[in-house]
Amino acid sequence: MEHYNMNLTLKIWRQKNKNDKGGFQSFQVKNISSEMSFLEMLDVLNEQLINDNQDPIAFDHDCREGICGMCSLYINGKPHGEWKGNTTCQLHMRAFKDGETVTIEPWRAKAFPVIKDLIVDRSPLDRIIQAGGYISVNTGNAVDGNSLPINKDDADASFAAAMCIGCGACVAACKNSSAMLFLSAKVAHLALLPQGAPERHSRVMNMVAQMDKEGFGACTNTGACEATCPKEISISNIARLNLEYLSASIVAEK
Amino acid sequence: MLDAKIPAGQLDDKWTDYKGHCKLVNPANKRKLEVIVIGTGLAGASAAASLGEMGYKVKAFCFQDSPRRAHSIAAQGGINAAKNYQNDGDSVFRLFYDTIKGGDYRARESNVHRLSEVSANIIDQCVAQGVPFAREYGGLLSNRSFGGTQVQRTFYAAGQTGQQLLIGAYQALERQVALGNVKMYNRHEMLDVVVIDGKTQGIIARDLVSGNLERHFGNAVLLCTGGYGNVFYLSTNAMGSNVTAIWKAHKKGAAFGNPCFTQIHPTCIPVSGDHQSKLTLMSESLRNDGRIWVPKNVGETRKAIDIPEIERDYYLERRYPAFGNLVPRDVASRAAKERCDAGFGVGTSKQAVYLDFADAILRYGKIEVGKEGRENVSEEEIIVLGKEVIKEKYGNLFDMYEKITGENPYELPMRIYPAVHYTMGGLWVDYELQTTVKGLYCLGEANFSDHGANRLGASALMQGLADGYFVIPYTLGNYLADEIYNKPVSIDHPAFIEAENEVAKRINTLMNVKGSQSVESLHKRLGKIMWDKCGMARNAEGLKQAIEEIKELRKEFWNDVKIPGTINEFNPELDKANRVADFMELGELMCIDALERNESCGGHFREEYQTPEGEALRDDGNYMYVSAWKLKSESNWELHKEELKYDVIKPTQRNYK
Repeated sequence: MEHYNMNLTLKIWRQKNKNDKGGFQSFQVKNISSEMSFLEMLDVLNEQLINDNQDPIAFDHDCREGICGMCSLYINGKPHGEWKGNTTCQLHMRAFKDGETVTIEPWRAKAFPVIKDLIVDRSPLDRIIQAGGYISVNTGNAVDGNSLPINKDDADASFAAAMCIGCGACVAACKNSSAMLFLSAKVAHLALLPQGAPERHSRVMNMVAQMDKEGFGACTNTGACEATCPKEISISNIARLNLEYLSASIVAEK
Repeated sequence: MLDAKIPAGQLDDKWTDYKGHCKLVNPANKRKLEVIVIGTGLAGASAAASLGEMGYKVKAFCFQDSPRRAHSIAAQGGINAAKNYQNDGDSVFRLFYDTIKGGDYRARESNVHRLSEVSANIIDQCVAQGVPFAREYGGLLSNRSFGGTQVQRTFYAAGQTGQQLLIGAYQALERQVALGNVKMYNRHEMLDVVVIDGKTQGIIARDLVSGNLERHFGNAVLLCTGGYGNVFYLSTNAMGSNVTAIWKAHKKGAAFGNPCFTQIHPTCIPVSGDHQSKLTLMSESLRNDGRIWVPKNVGETRKAIDIPEIERDYYLERRYPAFGNLVPRDVASRAAKERCDAGFGVGTSKQAVYLDFADAILRYGKIEVGKEGRENVSEEEIIVLGKEVIKEKYGNLFDMYEKITGENPYELPMRIYPAVHYTMGGLWVDYELQTTVKGLYCLGEANFSDHGANRLGASALMQGLADGYFVIPYTLGNYLADEIYNKPVSIDHPAFIEAENEVAKRINTLMNVKGSQSVESLHKRLGKIMWDKCGMARNAEGLKQAIEEIKELRKEFWNDVKIPGTINEFNPELDKANRVADFMELGELMCIDALERNESCGGHFREEYQTPEGEALRDDGNYMYVSAWKLKSESNWELHKEELKYDVIKPTQRNYK
C-alpha cells in the first residue's frame, strides 16, 4: 500500500452548548498521512488548536475499533463517511485526496440534541431499550445452555441483528429521523430466539410506543438506514418488526 | 494487615460452604441499602443488574454516553467455561489448573477455583438472556480453543463475544433502570471515595456535561472500572479507559496489588506512525488457524508470498511443538520480540511478524470439497471455498484489518506485533472482593485477583461476569447485613464537603497551570517511558531510570500542562488531564513494583532472570506472594505481602513444549 501526505480544508460545525445556535468554522490541516484514521486527523487538528489557544473540537469517541458505537459525525453529508459498513473511527485518511475540503457535522435529528460541537445526546436509544429490549430473566434462574437447542440459521440471523452498535447512524441517515432500524434490530434479535417468546408482544408494543414518544419520525422504507449502517443491519429486520407489531396488535388486550 | 479471608476447608467446598454460611439481608432491608457501582462493563453492568434484581437501591455511573459503550464491548474471541460439551476431558479442576498455571503460579487458588466453578453458570445465564452464541447445526453451542489450553472450552459469538455479552448485561441493567431499581448516571466520572471512620460512605462524581461536582451516598461502593493499560499511552484499551477511580481509592487507603503485571498481547496491528492514538487487537482466536512466522534470513526484502516454505521460520511451532501457535500470550509475545530484536522482523518498521492463513484456507477448502465428495478440483477452487470458511469464522476481524492497513489478509499474511492489552494488577481484594477499605469493593479487570502474572485468553470476560453475576451478590450481603443498623450518612457530612473541596481544588490547580504542553503530548511521553523500560522486558537499571524520569515528567506536567476551556462546561481536555495526572503517579508505582520483584513470571519479564532458553525464571522461594502496596505519602509506598499457598497444585516451571 502506497502512503501519501495531504493538506485539507475542514469545515466543522461549532456549537458551544445546546442553547447556542452554532455554525460552521473552517480550518486547515497539513501533512496528514494517508495511514491515519479520521479521528487521528482530528487529534492533529485539536493539538494545533490547543497550541493556538483555541478551543479544541469536541467529538464523541472511545474504543476506536468500530464496536462501541460512541463515534458519530456526518462526513461530507454521510453518517460515518464514505466507506460502506464502516464507523467514523475506522475510516482512514486514504479515503481522501490532497487539497480536498471535508465537511464535518454532528448527527442531525430532533431526538438527538447537540450537547457541544459534534456531540449529541443519544439517550433516547437507551430509553427505547428500557421499554422492553431485554428478556426478563433474573440472575440465577437459568437452565443449562444446551437444554435449549436453537436452529443455527435462526441463531445466525439473531446474531446478525444483535450486532447493532447503537450509534444512531440509521437515525442520522433517515430523512424522517426514524429509529426503526435500531428498534427492529433489537426486536428481531430477541424475537428470533425461543427465549424471547414470552414477552414478544409486550416488547414490540412498548418499544414502538417509546420510540414515538422520543420524537423519532416514521419509516417510509427509503432504505438509507441500511445503506449507512456500519454493521450492515438488514432492513428486513424492519419487515420483521412490522410483522411482530401487527401480530401483537391483533392479540393486544391492553 | 492483609487478611484474604479465605474460607477454611477443602478447595472444592470453600465456595459452597461460604454461600451456605454468609449473612443475608432480608428483602425489606435491601430496599433501604444503597449501592454505588462505578463502571458499566461486564463486571459493573452485571453487578448493578443483579443487585437491582435483588432489591438493593443501586446507582450506576459511567463516563461514556451510555452504559453499553464500556470497553468490554471490544473483547473479541470468547469466554471460557468448564462445560465439557466437547467431551474432551474438561472439568472445573482443569480450568482451575490451566488458569493457575497460565498465571505462572501467582494467583490465589481459592479465588480461581471459585471462578472455574461459576464459569458454567455464566454461559447458562447469558443464553437465558438471549446472547446469540455461535451454534452447531444440531442447535447446540459451539466451542473453540484458546491459548494455554488443550481443550475446547471457549464459547463465542463470531469475533464479537464481548459485545454480545455486554449487550446482554446492558439489557439486564436497563431493565432494572426501567423498574426503578437502578438509577443510571451517564457521562459522569468518579473523582473520589468518601471514607468516614474507615468505612466507605459514598463518592464524589463529576457531571462531565456541566462540570458540576456531585456527592452521592452509598452503603457500599463497587469499583468496576477496568484496566489501566493506557498508562502506556498506546494500548488496545479504549481512549477513555483509565485508572482514576481505583487510583483515588488507592489514595484513600486501598492497597494496590501487583501493579506491574501487564499483559502484552501478541497479535495486534503494528504501530504505523507517531500519529497513532491506539492499537487494535486481532483476536487470539486467529491463532487457532493462523500460523506465525518470520523469514529465516536477516534483512529479507522479498514479499511474504515470494518467500518459499523452506525459508520460513515458524518459530512458535519450532520452539513449542506441544502447544505450537497456541502458547499463552506472554510466551508468544516474547518470542515475537526476540525474533524482531534479532533482525528477522517484517514490514517497513521491521517490528512485526506474519500471521498467515494460507494453510488454513487450503485445509478448510479441502474439507469442503471432501464434504461434497468431489475429486479433481483445482487448487483455485479449493482456495475460494476455504476463504468462505475463514470468512464465516473471522470475517469481521479480517475486515477490520483491511480497513486499518489497506491490505487484504485473505491474500497476504497479516502483519502483527505485541501490544499492551490487559492489566492483571489492580486493587488488592480479599475472597469477598473487598479492598483494604471497608465497604469498598473491586470487580473485574480493576482488581488484581484470578489471573496471577498472565491471563489466559477468554478468561477476562469470564472473570468480569463471575464477579458481577455470581460472586458479589453473595459477598456484598455479608457486609451489608450489618449496615442495616446504621443510618445513612448525610451528604452534608463534613467528610463529604471536605472530599468535594479537595476534588475542586485539584481541578482548579490543573486549570490554572496554564502552561504550554497539551495533555496528549505529555501522556505520549509517559507512555514511551513505560513501554521502553517497564514493557515487555524490564531490567533493574532501566526501571530505576524510569522512576526518576516519571518523577521529572510529573513535575513538568503540573508546571506546564495546558488545558483549554473552563471548568463548568463540557471539557474533554480537562477530563483527560484528570486521568493523565493519575497515570503519572501510577507509572511510578508500576516501576517500583517491577523493580522489587527480582524474578520473571508470566508477563513480568526481568531480563536478569531467565532460563538458558530465554524463558521466564521464577523464584518461588522468595517471590511467591502478591505485592500489595499502601500509599504513605507522595512517592512513598509500603509493601505488604500476601503469601500464596498452593495446597492443591504443585508449582513447576511452566512447560508448553
